[in-house]
Amino acid sequence: MSATPEELKERIEAEIPGAVASVTGDGHHFNAVVSASAFAGMPRIAQHRLVYDVFGAELGDRIHALSIQTRTSETEETR
Amino acid sequence: MSDQTSNPMREAIQEAIAENPVILFMKGNPEAPACGFSARTVAILQSLGARFAAVDILPDPRIRQELSAISEWPTIPQLFVEGELVGGCDIVTEMYESGELAQTLGLEAAPAEEEAPEGAPVQSAPLSIENRL
Repeated sequence: MSATPEELKERIEAEIPGAVASVTGDGHHFNAVVSASAFAGMPRIAQHRLVYDVFGAELGDRIHALSIQTRTSETEETR
Repeated sequence: MSDQTSNPMREAIQEAIAENPVILFMKGNPEAPACGFSARTVAILQSLGARFAAVDILPDPRIRQELSAISEWPTIPQLFVEGELVGGCDIVTEMYESGELAQTLGLEAAPAEEEAPEGAPVQSAPLSIENRL
């Protein structure tokens, strides 16, 4: 079963508190832009880990590649 | 670390991370990256004129397995500076664009004039990692 951008979006938003995700992809390679209040005060590397943790072992397998950009929802950083 | 059985692969990776101030674990090598994300990360490091060691994780699946266990980071590439995981391609790209990467690497702003030539000074990888099988 290949994954869909909609599925990834729903799972990210369900698992990360206050997350709003925008996901694009072709079923194997995905790009996710995620804003979440939970990211506030976290180093970028920890923000990305939270998103990776939603998918665990599916990364590299069912979800071949996932690019991530994170934003804290408050300070919607430019770019 | 916790179990008694020695794990030469994990030790070799930890040693490589400790001994190389800038080290990139990637698919393929800097001359011939085997994945677009690894290629982009190498291109960014080279455009900054950074010197870095590189380890190809493809020859043995245990390299990636142990690396991800150490770093708690699931994807490749992985860039370490001074023993710390900086991130993968996405974070490296963002930090490059914001200028943070040059800072983290202890470099001044990008030396725009030097597009890394063929023989860019790339430290050779600690080949022992691949050999200790």
